[in-house]
Amino acid sequence: MHFLLGKPPGDRLLLMGNEAICRGALEAGVAVASAYPGTPSSEISNNLFALSQEAGNRLYFEFSVNEKVAMEVAAAAGAAGLRSLTCMKHVGLNVASDVLLTLAYVGTEGGMVIVTADDPAMHSSQNEQDNRLYARFANLPMLEPTTPQEAKDMTAAAFEISEALKLPVILRTTTRTSHMRGPVTLGPIPAEKRTRGAFQADYMRWIPVPLTAKIRHGILLEQIEKGRDLAEASPFNRIEGTGPLGILASGAAACYVADAIRELGAEDEVTFLRLGFTFPPARNLFRRLLAGTERVLVVEELEPFQEEALRLVAQEAGLATPILGKGTGHFTRLNEYSPAEVTRVIAELLGRDPAPPEQPDFSELPELPLRPPSLCPGCPHHATFTAARTALEELGLAERTIYPADIGCYTLAVLPPIQMSDYLLCMGSSIGTSAGFSVATDQNVVAFIGDSTFFHAGIPSLINAVHNRHRFCLVILDNSTTAMTGHQPHPGATLTPPGYDRAVVPIERVVRACGVDMVKRIDPYRTEEAVAAFKEAFTSGALSVVIAEAPCLLYKKKLAGRAKA
Amino acid sequence: MKRLRVLFRGVGGQGTLLASRLLGEAAMEQDIPVRMSEVHGMAQRGGVVESAVLLGGLESPLVAEGQADVLVSFEPLETLRALPKCSRRTTIVTNTRPILPYTVKSGQAAYPDVEACLDFLRRNYRACHAYDAEAEAEAIGSPKVVNVLLLGTLLGTGLVPLEPGHLRETIRALVKPRFVELNLAALDRGLALADGREAPA
Repeated sequence: MHFLLGKPPGDRLLLMGNEAICRGALEAGVAVASAYPGTPSSEISNNLFALSQEAGNRLYFEFSVNEKVAMEVAAAAGAAGLRSLTCMKHVGLNVASDVLLTLAYVGTEGGMVIVTADDPAMHSSQNEQDNRLYARFANLPMLEPTTPQEAKDMTAAAFEISEALKLPVILRTTTRTSHMRGPVTLGPIPAEKRTRGAFQADYMRWIPVPLTAKIRHGILLEQIEKGRDLAEASPFNRIEGTGPLGILASGAAACYVADAIRELGAEDEVTFLRLGFTFPPARNLFRRLLAGTERVLVVEELEPFQEEALRLVAQEAGLATPILGKGTGHFTRLNEYSPAEVTRVIAELLGRDPAPPEQPDFSELPELPLRPPSLCPGCPHHATFTAARTALEELGLAERTIYPADIGCYTLAVLPPIQMSDYLLCMGSSIGTSAGFSVATDQNVVAFIGDSTFFHAGIPSLINAVHNRHRFCLVILDNSTTAMTGHQPHPGATLTPPGYDRAVVPIERVVRACGVDMVKRIDPYRTEEAVAAFKEAFTSGALSVVIAEAPCLLYKKKLAGRAKA
Repeated sequence: MKRLRVLFRGVGGQGTLLASRLLGEAAMEQDIPVRMSEVHGMAQRGGVVESAVLLGGLESPLVAEGQADVLVSFEPLETLRALPKCSRRTTIVTNTRPILPYTVKSGQAAYPDVEACLDFLRRNYRACHAYDAEAEAEAIGSPKVVNVLLLGTLLGTGLVPLEPGHLRETIRALVKPRFVELNLAALDRGLALADGREAPA
């Protein structure tokens, strides 16, 4: 039995935020879920997949080809009246944003939850965009947990809110809340739930052509105003303590504020508004905070989202209470916050001067060598990059080659000793940017993309390259799994979890169907043949694709171990 | 109980996450308020891995600069790298066996002298419990139990209000059955390797 089901209601499990989200979804009777994996959201998809494999949970889950498709699958389930969930990392929501902004217009019947896991400080990401702005952009309600317990409770509540408003609800975490672990008291899982929906056609609702979309836009704005009433009354927004200094905080920052208040013994000096239902802004609560304090400090990572909302309320209410935060230089818009930094700012405002921790003199220590992450020992990508490099050097092309890169383990090729990653934007960008480099320069272009990433966002750009006669070589690193995020299956993968019975779509057939004539499959460990194939591809004078096939050794070993146990 | 911040540091693949997880689970079983943080993803690919266990009612899942009460480090270079999160009142439990980073293997940088570093730790910190955990693990029968050895030593310092019995039960519940005995042996050996018990901080 899955560990999330291992204890009865009322008992506690020590859960990661992501695991707690899965338990919350089960307690809410989720019937359909879909995802494309991405750190820090991946454990949600992994656990929902494992739960869906157990018949008793009556849950359909799929690893969709990308976030856009995942959201469409969940949206349709919601339209058919089922409870559905889709989860992704922050940049994944960019991919799904085309769905999101119109989905807000048509809404949902069954409760629908969209989990976005943001990554302030970019532990495993290419940017630290603040997806709270998507809630405002799409006009959708948003909840933000600070603890695993809240992650579970808010997920369950999000389904209720979604059904009350007939709008999808965004549940936004950050790396710290997704990967925070803490005790979670379990609630009951309903014995009955709807697993088959029924779609009621109604073009005025579900077909956003100009005539209908104009009406739906108005309805969306009415519904999100009702969401504001729910936010005002939500138990996830609460004021703790009373004092002349107001503090408003959400997410991980709220934890740092709570600890700081206790550590400074400032319970009687601070009025602390903890926000969990974070969009639309609970104006009355904001007004109470502004009216009852001498000044308000806003503590939130990344963009001044609540700070600006608070300023708006202050202006509307004619309150001149000073608002401190990013606008006043008390906090930065960069990076995630540290508990020590939050404590220091609050202490300063309270006129405290806590002694800094006593540190020894580090000057006698030598400079510490860096330990950058690297491709795993035995990773087949090493062999592929080496063979490609050898071929380029033997052809005398190495000096004038650009290497557009993509998102996956192989992005680590940017580091020594490989250093064959030159330009990167997002999932699939290696192919589109290769097209650009090939028309803009006389340089040689060799792009690298992983198998999962190719399916996710590579296919339209490959068709574009064929159609527009772009000349470059695309190397598809096919290790038969989505390795970086923890070995999830993808449409071309043959290295899959036990019992995984979905159809396989071979990469070579897709590449040929896109119209590429020059296609080579290599085993990167057969060095001589690999180098020869690369040379042929690099000198073909046309668009070429080399598929380097060798399984992820780490995952192969893991699967073998599982089979034995 | 007093609030206690335990910071774990290691290199991807050493089992730091399991060690912190065992500590957290045992704490929950003993009704000690606990919160933890872990880092997953790219960092695990041979890079530095950090996790934290916060006991006694702290809400923050992180250990910030100067805040660690105890540092449990799986690798001596990473012990040094974690020092900004410690202060003179920090107790340090550390493995002394280096894992050379690529930057050292390729000759771009020099690995610090381990003896000199241990001397620095002993002179400047509250206590330093240091030994070659890999050699100890091999003596027990598996290089994989480095994490539970160091966890045992953490308990041996007396700073964490946990009964070894609770941790034994947690190991039985969480570790694969065929590795339970090895891990229990590692826990006991680790306890014995603590360089004397300390009064609670």
